[in-house]
Amino acid sequence: MNAPRELVIIGAGPAGMAAASTAAGLGVDTLVLDQQPAPGGQIFRGIGQAGPAHLELLGSDYQAGTERVASFVHSSADYQPDTAVWSLGADGELGILQRGEARMISARRVVIAGGAMERPIPFPGWTLPGVMNAGGAQVLMKSSRLVPLDGVVIAGSGPLLILLAWQYMRAGVAVQAVLELAPRKNLWRAGLRLPAALRAGHYLTRGLGYLLALRRAGIRVTYGVSDLKAVGNDRLEAVTFRTGGREQSLETGNLLVHFGLVPGIQLTEAAGCRHQWNDGQQCWRPQTDAWGNSSVDGIAVVGDGAAIGGAVAAVHAGCLAGLEAARALEHIDAAERDRLAVNDRQWLQNDLRIRPFLESLHRLPETLLSGTADDTLVCRCEEITAGEVRAAVRAGHRDPNQVKFITRCGMGPCQGRQCGQAVANIVAAACDRPVSEVVPFRVRPPLRPVSIGELSMLESGNNTA
Amino acid sequence: MFRRLQTHQGKVVTVCVEGNDVRVPAGDSVAAVMLAMDLLPTRTTAVSGAPRAPLCMMGVCFECLIEIDGVANQLACQVQVSEGMRIRRQHGAGDPAS
Amino acid sequence: MNADVVIVGGGLMGSSAALHLAMRGQRVIVMEKDSPGRHASGVNAGGLRQLNRHPAEIPLAAAAARLWRDIQSLVDSDCDVKLSGQVRVAENEADMRLLEERAAQVRALGYEHEIIIDREQLYRLVPRLAPHCVGALYTRDDGFARPFHALTAFRHKAESLGVQYRTGSRVHEVARQGEDWQVVTDRGCVSAPVLVNCSGAWSQALCSMLGEPVTVNTGAPMMMVTERLPHFLDPVVGAASRKLSFKQMQNGTVLIGGAHLANYDMKSETTAIDFIKLSESARSAVELFPHVRDAHIVRTWAGLEAFTPDHLPVISPGSCATGVFHAFGFSAHGFQLSPIVGLILSELIIDGKSELPIGPFSIKRFLDETATGCA
Repeated sequence: MNAPRELVIIGAGPAGMAAASTAAGLGVDTLVLDQQPAPGGQIFRGIGQAGPAHLELLGSDYQAGTERVASFVHSSADYQPDTAVWSLGADGELGILQRGEARMISARRVVIAGGAMERPIPFPGWTLPGVMNAGGAQVLMKSSRLVPLDGVVIAGSGPLLILLAWQYMRAGVAVQAVLELAPRKNLWRAGLRLPAALRAGHYLTRGLGYLLALRRAGIRVTYGVSDLKAVGNDRLEAVTFRTGGREQSLETGNLLVHFGLVPGIQLTEAAGCRHQWNDGQQCWRPQTDAWGNSSVDGIAVVGDGAAIGGAVAAVHAGCLAGLEAARALEHIDAAERDRLAVNDRQWLQNDLRIRPFLESLHRLPETLLSGTADDTLVCRCEEITAGEVRAAVRAGHRDPNQVKFITRCGMGPCQGRQCGQAVANIVAAACDRPVSEVVPFRVRPPLRPVSIGELSMLESGNNTA
Repeated sequence: MFRRLQTHQGKVVTVCVEGNDVRVPAGDSVAAVMLAMDLLPTRTTAVSGAPRAPLCMMGVCFECLIEIDGVANQLACQVQVSEGMRIRRQHGAGDPAS
Repeated sequence: MNADVVIVGGGLMGSSAALHLAMRGQRVIVMEKDSPGRHASGVNAGGLRQLNRHPAEIPLAAAAARLWRDIQSLVDSDCDVKLSGQVRVAENEADMRLLEERAAQVRALGYEHEIIIDREQLYRLVPRLAPHCVGALYTRDDGFARPFHALTAFRHKAESLGVQYRTGSRVHEVARQGEDWQVVTDRGCVSAPVLVNCSGAWSQALCSMLGEPVTVNTGAPMMMVTERLPHFLDPVVGAASRKLSFKQMQNGTVLIGGAHLANYDMKSETTAIDFIKLSESARSAVELFPHVRDAHIVRTWAGLEAFTPDHLPVISPGSCATGVFHAFGFSAHGFQLSPIVGLILSELIIDGKSELPIGPFSIKRFLDETATGCA
């Protein structure tokens, strides 16, 4: 293995790009590894190829990416796209895969900026072709200019629902309905957090703008929806749900669902970082300090992979982690770091003021988290139902890892990414314990797909990364 | 089902999907091609033969597993098309070297 | 007195012992620091292998094989047993000579279960094997099972007969209290006249408390499993001159072990995969089954296990004090033995002797004259 790199940053989204530009600008030898073929992360997918019309269509938040990507590309950071990181040790050793070649590299410091994923919520029919994650559909629009046919239904909870409906509306797609599954009582709780949120008021005005535009266009946004079901035989034919005590059915071939974002914690779990339950965001997150440092020395985590804060907060947190890396690697001293951090820290604080409001507004009810119907698949890969999970608990397997052992729930190709949180919620409820007390699935590498052949060549790989 | 917003002006490549040659935008993922052609389901599961299609488009759900150039279980949403690529829907547990 | 027997360790050996003791009317409490099967018992390769065992272990393995064949009647579950045989392939003539010597040695001991098969027989048995192999040593009635399912079956059957499991109960201290052993855990004490040590990788601590003269080493054999593949393999495949265990499970996944060891930390009780070493197992797998080259690895892991200096287990009464029995140090090949080990322990505890030849597994073999031993 070659000499360790000073700093390896995993992910080239808003947080990773900012951390890299900052650290490289202070003279740190910085290597950025990213799974995607181009920088920008999920939020700015396809931005390098987006023409003016496409940028205009997707709105100002997306447009901001052009500048961010440009400043990253012009930094001295060594950027390596199409690179999967499939293992990360507490010692800063990384397993990577590039063009079918696996090898180990090591870093004196690692910043994880791997981002978030859409929170998987199992509901009846969610495995039917035609049901897709709303963020996934947005990626299709960003990178391939693909939009659903007229009649699409968007359902779930979170700001993305409204944004995506607005983007589709501007693209000329007739959105049939937007179904918000967060309970109506959330409005009161969110109302209490509104005064603080006003200090990040641009988010509110933008969101209200989208809503008004949808209303003017006659696009139906329904609140207080429950009992969402996707119906069809081999593919989606209709969506049924309850609202105002009535069952409704909409014929559609496209249901796009979104239940907020959760940090992707595979890398931090693999590295042995301590995690904690975040009640506001209803998910686990790696424990971090004000600079993004995890509980493992030399490993930091920033952006939506640390806690959901959005792209702007990710940029500022990325800058702070870049400064901290430069300090830890002795390119600057602590005083210099603190001086350079002042603006980012202030902006970060201001930007995050919107979060308690959004978290309250879109807080998911227990029925969606742990109330999955017995005959609904929880584990899409191994096809294990919520009922089978509950039966395993009744048979004495009172934690998610034992449930995994006995049912194979979470043992398929997605490695429990899709079912892990649902299993934790269901097991916790079945044991009458708070979910914060159960031990989630233990993460087992490789974190990205590596073939036996690729692993077999590991030792002989040369280490030029 | 999905449609393309405007006629693609950029580079195109020819790929072979289910035995038929098609011209697709060079930047597309395999999953985007399958969705644009409405070739759903893109696979059936190894466990029960249930139909599935791409879900997350960011490489975390593994629902878009597909056979590319004769190798099964590739992530359609994470692989970009390239000239001459052969893409087939996957039925059940695909043989890694079929 | 809370029970007749207290067993430390709720893994396979402890659960098997608990079951056999309960079947003979003993009141048993099992102390388990985590949940049963958290380490080696739950995550081992599940091999049911008589093939190529140390001569001292052959009688036990043969007796265990008889129990596995009808495991349903013992634990009310088939434990997903598949008796599809095990082969140890020879990749060249030198390998073949080694295997033939081994077969002769086993025959000389009076056993018939390990047989030599020629090239043609081998490829009929394992058609997708790389074409360079020349023959194999083969046991027809070996195979594999799913360890966590087996453990769960043993545990549930034991519980149905009144065995109490105290999970999350880590033993801090054992002390004589009159005729009894008092076992102190972070969740209270229990006492019983008989104490059984089945604590796997944590046996050293208990041995130290009891003054036993053994040094138990820890190791964590690494394993990996692939995505589901179409069925191509029935027997478990090993090789004469490689560290490899290769099997296709009933669901199509391929489980590859090779006894290469992970890094571990006993303080946090965690393991860390050494991918450079694991790549050797991958290389062996690809060289023997080239068509799995492109199969993806879904998971890798390692379970903490106890290794004795001679890699033979300890199955014996304690060397220092009465009322102490041990079954540990299976050195990563204990799974197959587990049903019989529980039976042996029950015989030792209730009858004072076992029908099986367990002399070679006495803890006293580690006594040396310089050691002070027995505090």
